[in-house]
Amino acid sequence: MSLKIGVPSKGRLMEKTFDWFGARGVIMGRSGSDREYAGAVEGVDGVELVLLSAGEIPRELSAGRIHLGVTGSDLVRDKLADWSAQVVEVAPLGFGHADLIIAVPTAWIDVDTVDDLDAAAAAFRAEHGFRLRIATKYHRLVRDYLTAQGVADYQLVDSQGATEGTVKNLTAEAIADITSSGETLRANHLKILSDGPIHASQATLFAARGAEWDAGTRATLAELAKQLGVEAAV
Amino acid sequence: MTDRAAIRAEAETLFASFKSAGAVAVEADTLLPAETLLDLYGEDIRARAYVTSDPLRGEMMLRPDFTVPVVQAHMQNGAEPARYCYMGEVFRKQDRPGTRANEYLQVGFELFDRSAPEAADAELFTLFHGLLAPLGLRPATGDIGILMAAVKGLSTSPRRKAALLRHIWRPARFRKLLDRFSGRAAAPQARHDMLTRLRSGDLAALIADAGPMIGLRSEAEITARANALIEDDQTPPLAAPEAALLYDLLTLQAPARAALSHMRGITSMLPAIEPAVDRFATRLDALERHGINPSDLPFEASHGRSSMEYYDGFVFSFEGNGLPVASGGRYDALTAVLGQGRSIPAVGGMIRPAMLATLREALA
Repeated sequence: MSLKIGVPSKGRLMEKTFDWFGARGVIMGRSGSDREYAGAVEGVDGVELVLLSAGEIPRELSAGRIHLGVTGSDLVRDKLADWSAQVVEVAPLGFGHADLIIAVPTAWIDVDTVDDLDAAAAAFRAEHGFRLRIATKYHRLVRDYLTAQGVADYQLVDSQGATEGTVKNLTAEAIADITSSGETLRANHLKILSDGPIHASQATLFAARGAEWDAGTRATLAELAKQLGVEAAV
Repeated sequence: MTDRAAIRAEAETLFASFKSAGAVAVEADTLLPAETLLDLYGEDIRARAYVTSDPLRGEMMLRPDFTVPVVQAHMQNGAEPARYCYMGEVFRKQDRPGTRANEYLQVGFELFDRSAPEAADAELFTLFHGLLAPLGLRPATGDIGILMAAVKGLSTSPRRKAALLRHIWRPARFRKLLDRFSGRAAAPQARHDMLTRLRSGDLAALIADAGPMIGLRSEAEITARANALIEDDQTPPLAAPEAALLYDLLTLQAPARAALSHMRGITSMLPAIEPAVDRFATRLDALERHGINPSDLPFEASHGRSSMEYYDGFVFSFEGNGLPVASGGRYDALTAVLGQGRSIPAVGGMIRPAMLATLREALA
């Protein structure tokens, strides 16, 4: 049985992943035409490349259909319940940096931290009769964070895209989203709460605890880890 | 794994006991409108309950507990005093792989009586105690009403009291606020910086400079909170002795009788808690008349603060081998919210028959 490694199937994330492995002597590439989602690995025997959408890699790791996978650490934390029981973080890859943050209108001069957001939510609910709405697609990460911070009187509303526009469109009062430069936030008159990101995400190599780890795949993993210069204990 | 027939039999026995204690059996829908529950419990319940959607009725929730439907049924057609019991499945998402069930039976008893709440508390606890103590289960009790009275009686601004009361069910947050209000922890630098900015000019001009008004939260709301922050900054810290009493109360753990004398000892310094302490004493006397000895009944002032968010008075639970077998308490505020102004003093509790069956198996 070969060791399956899931890698993002397109874009900068794929290129950077190929570069990262390539720099360590593991050559990944697409086989066949540009449009075919199949790949090959040279440099270590017994490794099979599986090209997948980055968003599906957490699910495939969870199901154990791939042994290793490269995806954003935010996606793994948000999509997998009790993520550390399901996957092992093998190595952060040093690219794909993005912060999951909470942002509110810049006009809110009375709100700077999550503490302020909590107090504003209490007053908002009393005034408007419903809980302050935070638009996001990162439900688990945001809810866990706000619960840990002891925030009350809010609700999460789902937003799968153009989240920065929800405040102006009156479908949310605040947002929680991924940002790298903050450009889009500024353009939409939003500012980031100052007490730190909910999660600082980057592309990360994960191993699936639930994949089939037999003597062969374990040996391949050991060899691959040695080549990559990382520790991998599943 | 205890088999379902044994659990069902356990449930039937409990249900029969509740009926013979004078409760009317009630049924509740399995699919409940999500909106009421989400509004009451907030995002926490969305993480724990199964939400689904109906093309006509909108967002629905698989029953996460019985309290809300039973209270609603009582408000529609109940006469007081009333005693209800129920038996049925509840559904809870579990976020960790492991042993906690996603669906399990609950058997519960709810008592609505506005004439003598402490007698009602004692009646309910005695009923549960009679069913559970023979199995070696340990009770734990508390009284959130005493903590709330203590907070209300602090000599500080209404705003600070409201902030503490709002977070009474979030102990870590409550503690952080209390540390700040009592001067034990300094306000964070970010707050100092913001106050400096807010004092640097006219609020309307500051808002206009900061950015365009977008969203539902209005300029008036922003200004109101900014003014509140400036005012709060001038509020003196809680007097040290008063703060010390509250910290002491939060960590009070003793047999109920001893806890009562301890609290009697501090009422002269914290007179606001006296009515709540009187109610506590009345409850202990009622328990004693039912044959429960308050001198060895465990009491913790903070019991039930993190696990049972809507309780606002007497709270109790029973545990055995680390298993949460039963819990309950008084939830007057919840009925006031559901009754839109009409409040119905109520106390209730539930038992998880699967836990009982597991314990009985271990005993055999």
